[in-house]
Amino acid sequence: MATMVQAVRMALHVGEERLGVTDIFGEDVGPPLGGVFTATQGLKTAWNTPLDERGIVGAAMGLALAGQCPVAEIQFCDYAFNTIDLLKLIGNTYWSSNGDWNCPLVLMTPVGAGIRGSIYHSHSFDAQATRLPGWKVVMPSNPLDAYGLMLSAIADPNPVMVLLPKALLRVKAGPGEQIPGEPDDERALSKMIDAPVGDRSGWEPRWPDTPDLFVPIGPLRLVRPGTDATVVTYGRHVPVARRVAEDLAEEGLDIEVIDLRTLHPYDWDGLKASIRRTRRVLFVNEDTEITNFGEHLLRRTVEELFDELLAAPRLLAGKHLPGIGLADNLERASVPQREDMVDLLRAMCAETRGAAGPRPAPAVRLSRENTDASAALALAYARR
Amino acid sequence: MQQLAGPAPLDAALQLKIHELMLTTRLLEERLIRMYKQGDGFFWIGGPGEEAFNIPLGLLARKGQGLDHDYLHLHYRSTGTLLAMGADPIDSLRQMKNTATDPYSGGRNFAGHSSMRKWNVVPITSPIEVQYSIAPGTAMAQKRANSKGITIVQGGDAGTAEGDFATCLVWSSRPGAELPVLMLVTNNGWGISTPASTQHGEKYIADRGKAFGIRTKVINGNDAEETYHELQEAMDYVRNERKPFLLEAQVSRLYGHSSASGANFAKHEVDCLADFEQKLIDRGLRTQSQMDEMREQITQGLLEASRRVVEEPQPEGSTVWDHVFAPRNHVKEGL
Ligand SMILES: Cc1ncc(C[n+]2csc(CCOP(=O)(O)OP(=O)(O)O)c2C)c(N)n1
Repeated sequence: MATMVQAVRMALHVGEERLGVTDIFGEDVGPPLGGVFTATQGLKTAWNTPLDERGIVGAAMGLALAGQCPVAEIQFCDYAFNTIDLLKLIGNTYWSSNGDWNCPLVLMTPVGAGIRGSIYHSHSFDAQATRLPGWKVVMPSNPLDAYGLMLSAIADPNPVMVLLPKALLRVKAGPGEQIPGEPDDERALSKMIDAPVGDRSGWEPRWPDTPDLFVPIGPLRLVRPGTDATVVTYGRHVPVARRVAEDLAEEGLDIEVIDLRTLHPYDWDGLKASIRRTRRVLFVNEDTEITNFGEHLLRRTVEELFDELLAAPRLLAGKHLPGIGLADNLERASVPQREDMVDLLRAMCAETRGAAGPRPAPAVRLSRENTDASAALALAYARR
Repeated sequence: MQQLAGPAPLDAALQLKIHELMLTTRLLEERLIRMYKQGDGFFWIGGPGEEAFNIPLGLLARKGQGLDHDYLHLHYRSTGTLLAMGADPIDSLRQMKNTATDPYSGGRNFAGHSSMRKWNVVPITSPIEVQYSIAPGTAMAQKRANSKGITIVQGGDAGTAEGDFATCLVWSSRPGAELPVLMLVTNNGWGISTPASTQHGEKYIADRGKAFGIRTKVINGNDAEETYHELQEAMDYVRNERKPFLLEAQVSRLYGHSSASGANFAKHEVDCLADFEQKLIDRGLRTQSQMDEMREQITQGLLEASRRVVEEPQPEGSTVWDHVFAPRNHVKEGL
C-alpha cells in the first residue's frame, strides 16, 4: 500500500524503464538523499543539480529541445517563483515557433500548506501554474492518481507540471487507490523501495512489477456522488471534502465531491454536468483568493449556468495574506479548514435562489425531500 | 605585449564568400530598417555592426538537426549567422512584415527572432539572457551521446549581469561533468542607453570564466579573419575536449539599439564591413566598382523581395489557437 511519494517514485521508475525518461534531477534529487521527500530514491537517472532553480528549469528545457525526456524537480514550489519567465518561455515555445519546436518535459514540485511549513514551505502554485498557457497542470490527491498522472505527464509531448500536495505525500492509499502489482503489506513495499537509514552506498531497490497505468490528463474524478451541492477541489482538500460530505450526509445533505485532478486543460464538460445536476457549487483550494484559479471556474459557472443555480456559487480559498504563519492558529486562520467547508455547504444548501430569493439559513436542517421541492419550485418560478 | 601584424589572411575564396555574406546581411538589415520606417513592420532589431563576428560563426557551425550537430542559442542580432548557414534573406523580410509565410514564427514574433528546428536553431526570444540557462540542457544531451555536436550560446554584454549567465558558468563547469558549451558574448559596450563602463567593474566579461576553470579569450569581433580563426580554435577545443569555452568579442552597434532608438547610422563606431572591403581592395581581391555592383544587385533583389512580401497573406486571427499544444513529439521523433 504505497504512499503518494512512493507512488511517484514507482511511476518514475516505470518512466525510466519503459517510457524513455532520461533525466530526473533537482536539488538533492540524486543519491544519497533521493529528494527531500524521498520521491526519487533508487532511480537510475536521478542526479543532483547546483542550487539554482533557473538552472534546473533551463536545463530541463534544453534537454527537452534536444529530444530527451527530462523530469525536473523544484524542491518546494515556494522556490519556483524566480523561474516564472522560464516557465512562460517553456509554455510558449511551441506556439511562438509556430508549431516547430515542442517542449516535452515534466516539472514536479510539492505544494501547499498543512505541514506547519511556515512562510516559505506552505505556498501554493495552482494560481501561478494556471496562468502559464501552453502548460498542462495536474495535481493528484491519492497515490494511484499520482502514479497514473505522472505516467501521462511523462508520455505527453508538452510541458506538464505535476503539483504534489505535500501534506498528502506520506498518506497511505485508501480503498481503491492501490497500484496494481504493489504488495499489500506496506512494510514489504518499504523494504523493497525505501532507501535504508545510514549507509546506502550498496543499496539497490527492488521494484514491484507495476503496470503502464495511465490516468489521462483532462478528465476529472468523481469522488462521491451527491445531489444537493457539488464541491470542486483538488489536492489536499479532496480527502477533507470527502470527510465533510460523509459528515453532512448524517444531516441529510447529499454532497457531490469532485477531484479536478487536471487544472489545465480542465474538464469543463464534466464540471458543468455535475453543477447542472446539483445546482449548487463550492470551489475549494488553498491558494490566496485574489486572482485565484477557483475564481475563473466561478466566473464560467456564473456566465454559463447562472439561471440554473439554486445558490450563489462560492469560492473557499486561502486568505490574501503575505504568508502562512508557523503557529497552528495562524495556519488554520489562513487556509481553508474543514469547518469552513461545513458552514458554507450548510448555508448554500439552505439557499433556493429563484424560488423565493436568497434566504437566511433555516433553523431546521433540510432533508433531501424539501431540497428537491424547493428546486422544483425554483424551476417553476424560472419558467413563469 | 607585442602587437602582431594581424590575423593570418584566410583563403581568398573564403574571404570573398565572407564579404558577400557580410554585405548581404548589412543590406538586409538596412532593408528591414527601411521597411520599418515605411510602416511595413512594427519593430526592428538586428545586428548591423556584428557581421564580422556573426558570419564566421554561421559558416563554422556544424549545421543540421539533432545531437550530432551544433545547437545554436542565439539572440536578436544573429540574422547574419542564419544567412551564413544558408537561410534565405526573404524570410527575415517576412518576419518583419509578420506574414503567415514567416517560417520562423508565422507572424507571431519580432524581426530577428529566428527559429529553425532542422538546423538546431532554438527559438530566439526577447527576454535577455535566458538562453544561457537553457544551453546547458542541449549540451548535456550532446555530451552524453558522445557526439561531435556542441552547444553555442550568444548574447550581449549588458545581459551578462543576469543570473542566467552565472548559471551557464556554473552548470557547464561542474567537476567531472563539464559541458561542450561555447559561450559567446558580443560586447558592443551598450545596454540600450547604458554604457557598460558605468555598470561593470570587471575588466573583461570573459574573466568571469576563469574562476570556474573555463578557457577564455577576448577578441576583436570587428575583424572577420581574427574572428574566424578564434572561433575555429574555440570550437575545436569545445568539440574535442567536450569542455566549455568563453569567448568575448568586441563589436560595434551601427544602427543603435533598435527602432525604438531611431535606428540611425552611428558614425563614430568601427564599421567592420567597410574595414573588410578596404582589406579586399588592398589585397586585390575585389575592386571598389565590383563591390558597388554587388551592392546594387543585392539591394535591388531585396527591394523586389520586400515588394513580394508585402503582398503575402497575414495570419488569420482565428489561427491564434494553433500550436498551443503539440499533438506529437517532434523534437524526439525528429519529424
Ligand atoms: C530580461 C530582460 N530585461 C530587459 C529587457 C529589455 N531590453 C532589451 S535589449 C536590452 C539591452 C541588452 O543589452 P546587451 O545584453 O548588451 O545586448 P545588446 O542589445 O547590446 O546586443 C534590454 C534592457 C529584456 N528584453 N529582457
